[in-house]
Amino acid sequence: MTIQTSKADKATIVQALNWALDDAMAADDQVIVFGEEVADPEGGGLMKVTQGLSTKYGSRVRSTPISEMAFTGAAVGAAITGMRPVIEIMLMNFLAVCMDPITNHAAKLRFMSGGQTSVPMVIRTMTGSGFQTGGQHSDFLEAWFCHTPGIKVVMPSNAADAYGLMLGAIRDPDPVLFVEHLLSYWTPGEPPERGKAIALGKARIARPGRDVTLIGYSRSMMDLPVVAQKLAGDGIDCEIVDLRTVSPLDMDTILGSVRKTGRVVIVHEAVKSFGVGAEVASRIYESLFRELKAPIARVASKDAPVPFAKHLEAAFLYSHAEIEAAVRGTLL
Amino acid sequence: MNAAPDSRTLLAIYRKMSAIKHNDERFISTMLAGRLSMPYYSARGQECIPAAISVLLRDDDYLVTIYRGVHDMIAKGVPPRLIWAEFAGRSTGTCKGKGGPMHVTHPESGCMVTTGIVGAGMPIGCGLALSAQLRGDGRVTVTNFGDGASNIGAFHESMNLASVWKLPLVFVCQNNRYAEHTALATGTSIERIADRAASYGMPGLHVDGNDPLAVYAAAQEAIERARSGGGPTLIEAMTFRFNGHLIGDSGDYIPKPEYAAAVAADPYPRYRRWLADNGHANAGELDAIDAAIKAEVDAAMQFAFDSPLTDVAEVTRDVFADHAA
Ligand SMILES: Cc1ncc(C[n+]2csc(CCOP(=O)(O)OP(=O)(O)O)c2C)c(N)n1
Ligand SMILES: [Mg+2]
Repeated sequence: MTIQTSKADKATIVQALNWALDDAMAADDQVIVFGEEVADPEGGGLMKVTQGLSTKYGSRVRSTPISEMAFTGAAVGAAITGMRPVIEIMLMNFLAVCMDPITNHAAKLRFMSGGQTSVPMVIRTMTGSGFQTGGQHSDFLEAWFCHTPGIKVVMPSNAADAYGLMLGAIRDPDPVLFVEHLLSYWTPGEPPERGKAIALGKARIARPGRDVTLIGYSRSMMDLPVVAQKLAGDGIDCEIVDLRTVSPLDMDTILGSVRKTGRVVIVHEAVKSFGVGAEVASRIYESLFRELKAPIARVASKDAPVPFAKHLEAAFLYSHAEIEAAVRGTLL
Repeated sequence: MNAAPDSRTLLAIYRKMSAIKHNDERFISTMLAGRLSMPYYSARGQECIPAAISVLLRDDDYLVTIYRGVHDMIAKGVPPRLIWAEFAGRSTGTCKGKGGPMHVTHPESGCMVTTGIVGAGMPIGCGLALSAQLRGDGRVTVTNFGDGASNIGAFHESMNLASVWKLPLVFVCQNNRYAEHTALATGTSIERIADRAASYGMPGLHVDGNDPLAVYAAAQEAIERARSGGGPTLIEAMTFRFNGHLIGDSGDYIPKPEYAAAVAADPYPRYRRWLADNGHANAGELDAIDAAIKAEVDAAMQFAFDSPLTDVAEVTRDVFADHAA
């Protein structure tokens, strides 16, 4: 591989994903990769996640024309025959032009065929505000897919999870949307254990605590530890749950934590209304209403398209102060 | 260079056409009698196309078809009794009654996907063909669609992708001159859809879809090209659907003379006459084929109605592999 490890004992998400794809392709010749510019002559992917793979695996790694509908549909077709396509949709907003193969076909063919066929494909995509790319290049649209039975949604926040979850997603017998955060790609973290998959549908307690459960995934996992650290100075002990797999939700881990703390703040970069936070909150209310010590708080982006100007973009996203205030609000 | 079909093949085509026609007629009469309830998109009038193509296909070649696809399924070898059971919502149906007429799947006969989304089968066909290409298993994929579907983006993206990747794929546009209530010229910028192939650097063949010999010759060329690594072909087969867009459609939008001319060109009686006139079979032999087919339709229907309705517990099964969530 051309990608070098930054420090011997650390890994970035770019490296971790590259290793996961390499290891999966080496282990199973039915794993194939395609998407716009993923092959080496075209740069090895927008974020270089697929760099080196086409050189190593030849025609199993292909750059496609700018035809999201065609190549996403092609992944569905190849997956039905038992191949394991991993495709790259350059940015999450571009999923809007290939919703049909995903929601009408990938997610439904197992069911509509009465279990005769399945679609074990992985759709990698990336997004994140903070780059001033405006309204069509930084949305978080995971709720669209969580609202579609038949597809899983994975959103890792660190290198070790990214590696294990990618292996898990490739081995999973059903379609998986795998959302990577643009800001997190180069953050060094614990290196993954090569060859070890993480099963989908399992959240992780990122920080144990007693007083308040903070639930997040993807970008918010960069923010929650910072806020928790600050609040610890005031004697507020936060437990952080990293969902990792957003759908299906790991309710055992979530409810286990909430049973302990009785207070919940859910934080995500996606806009607030009709979002993942609403579903998580509802499920907690359905199970633990009487054990809650305060109403559940949601902190999310404003209900608006992502704006361009730097200060507006910052105002669109939640702030650490908002998270902190929400946590304190549950303790009033 | 391509061989004309021998008598055996010609009769195999006839048998498939007869099976398509007689199952179709029985589906409709059973619906009208109130014993079957479904959105049914009859392909009566188009049976010659898949019948002539599928005698050239291997059992393990892949088929993608659309809501108007029972003819494609039967021709490819999906057992009619499983289709009947599917339409009747029975546990013995191809998909346990969870797919229905728009989503029949039967991998054993190569019928991989039936879609109700116009144009959506073509990208998936690209993927089936990609799989065959990477595995080198020699399978060819046939993806069927209508004239209206040639105006959706998926058609154009797929034609381009298939051409760029030289996929073993045959695009079959069954041009019945209407997309729902929209006449061809109202929605399509070009007279011959086959000409669109030129934009994608692939051969486009325009044939009389009611003529088994013409369809056979085009399919032979396309399948041979696909199987030998020569890439995709677009076949446009001109035809007509006699029972409107779906059962219940009055067909008011079709000018009477056009409809009459289409019925006069009905491929089924026309092919019967041709077979007899050219000494491939006499009327008695063809009647015997039809009688055997009708008995099979009786049995298929009986099988369906004798089968148990699918258990309602199936509503939440097959969503994921593990049946959970
Ligand atoms: C994407 C999409 N748009 C609209 C429809 C509704 N619709 C179903 S069939 C049809 C007409 C398609 O005509 P054509 O492709 O010529 O096929 P035919 O029905 O004539 O066989 C339409 C508009 C649909 N199913 N999918
Ligand atoms: Mg049509």
